[in-house]
Amino acid sequence: MGILDFLKTRPKNTANIARERLRIIVAQERSQRGGPDYLPLLRSELLAVIKKYVNVDPEAVLINVERDSGQEVLELSVTLPEVKA
Amino acid sequence: MTETIVVTSGKGGVGKTTTSASIATGLAQRGHKVAVIDFDVGLRNLDLIMGCERRVVYDFVNVIQGEAALRQALIKDKRHETLFVLAASQTRDKDSLTQEGVGNVLEALAQDGFDYVICDSPAGIEKGAHLAMYYADRALVVVNPEVSSVRDSDRILGLLASKTRRAERGDGAVQQHLLLTRYNPARVEAGEMMSVKDVEEVLGIPVLGVIPEHESVLAASNQGVPVILEESSHAGHAYTDAVARLLGEERPMRFLDAPKKGFLKRVFGG
Ligand SMILES: Nc1ncnc2c1ncn2[C@@H]1O[C@H](COP(=O)(O)OP(=O)(O)O)[C@@H](O)[C@H]1O
Ligand SMILES: [Mg+2]
Repeated sequence: MGILDFLKTRPKNTANIARERLRIIVAQERSQRGGPDYLPLLRSELLAVIKKYVNVDPEAVLINVERDSGQEVLELSVTLPEVKA
Repeated sequence: MTETIVVTSGKGGVGKTTTSASIATGLAQRGHKVAVIDFDVGLRNLDLIMGCERRVVYDFVNVIQGEAALRQALIKDKRHETLFVLAASQTRDKDSLTQEGVGNVLEALAQDGFDYVICDSPAGIEKGAHLAMYYADRALVVVNPEVSSVRDSDRILGLLASKTRRAERGDGAVQQHLLLTRYNPARVEAGEMMSVKDVEEVLGIPVLGVIPEHESVLAASNQGVPVILEESSHAGHAYTDAVARLLGEERPMRFLDAPKKGFLKRVFGG
C-alpha cells in the first residue's frame, strides 16, 4: 500500500453487485416459471441424495424444464466441487 | 373503448398509490374521462392522496355487494370534471371483492363511457393484487431501483403473463411498462443505486418513465394534491411526461442526471 493509496480508495460500486445478483436470480426464477410446481421440492430432494455421496453446494444443483416443439425436457446439472490436488 | 390500466408492483411502499393518483389526474387533464379505483381493501389510502377522504360515502365493496349504485359511489374530483375516485372499503375483509363483482363494475364503467380505468393494486401477490390485474389491458409495474423491489416486480410480470383475463383467453398479452420511482441520480452516479439501464436490462421490459425521489411527493400527499399538479416539482413533471408517453407521444427522459455541483463543493465535498 502506497502512502497515497487512501486518496484513491473509492466506495465499492454496490449497484453493480445488485445488478449481477438480480440478473442471476431473475433468470433462475424465470426458467422455473410456468414449470411444474414440484420443481423446487424435486430440487431439494435431489440435493439431499447427492449430498450423501458428494458434498456439493446448494447452488451447484440447477434444475430446469426446457420446452421445444411440444416436448418437455427436464434438465439437471450438478457442478462437482473442485478436487484438491 | 375503455382501457383498463393496473398499477402494480408486488412490494409495498414503492409508489403505486402516488402513481395511480398522478397518472389518473394527468389523463383527466388531457381531457379523458377517468376512474381510479383503490383495490386495497382494509387499507384505504388513495382517497387521502387524491384529497377526497371526507367525501367518501360509499365504496367499491358497497357497489359490488349491491348496497350502493356505482354513480353514488364514484367521487367526482374537485379539480377535474372528468375524474372520479372509487374508494376501497375500510372495514370489510378481503373476500368481499370477487372476480365477478369487479368485472361487473368495470363493465358498468365502460357502458358509462369512461376512457380509462386505473386500478391501484395492493402490495403482495394475494387475492387483492390478483383482482386488480385480472382485467387489465396494460400494466404499469412500479419499481424502485433496489434488489427486493426488482425481484418482486419480476414475479408480477410472470403473473401478468399467466393470471390475467387476456392471458387466459389468449387475447394478446397485457402491455407491460416499467415505471421507475424514487430514483436518485446522485446515488446512481456514486454507484450506490442501480441505474435505469440496469433495471431495464434485468427485467427486459421498456421503461415508461422515471420519477425522481423528491420531497415534493410528501408535501403533495400532506395536502391531498396529486404531485402531478405541483407546478414546480420534478417528480410532477416526470409524471406529466409518463402520461404523454402512455398516450403514445414521444418525450425525452428528464431528471436522470444529478444536479451539477459547484466547483467548491466538488473540491471540498458536500
Ligand atoms: N418519487 C418519490 N419521492 C419521494 N417519496 C416518494 C416518491 N414516491 C412515493 N414516495 C413516498 O413513498 C411512500 C409510499 O408511497 P405509496 O404511493 O403509498 O406506495 P404504495 O402504494 O406502493 O404502497 C409514501 O410516503 C410516498 O410519499
Ligand atoms: Mg398503495
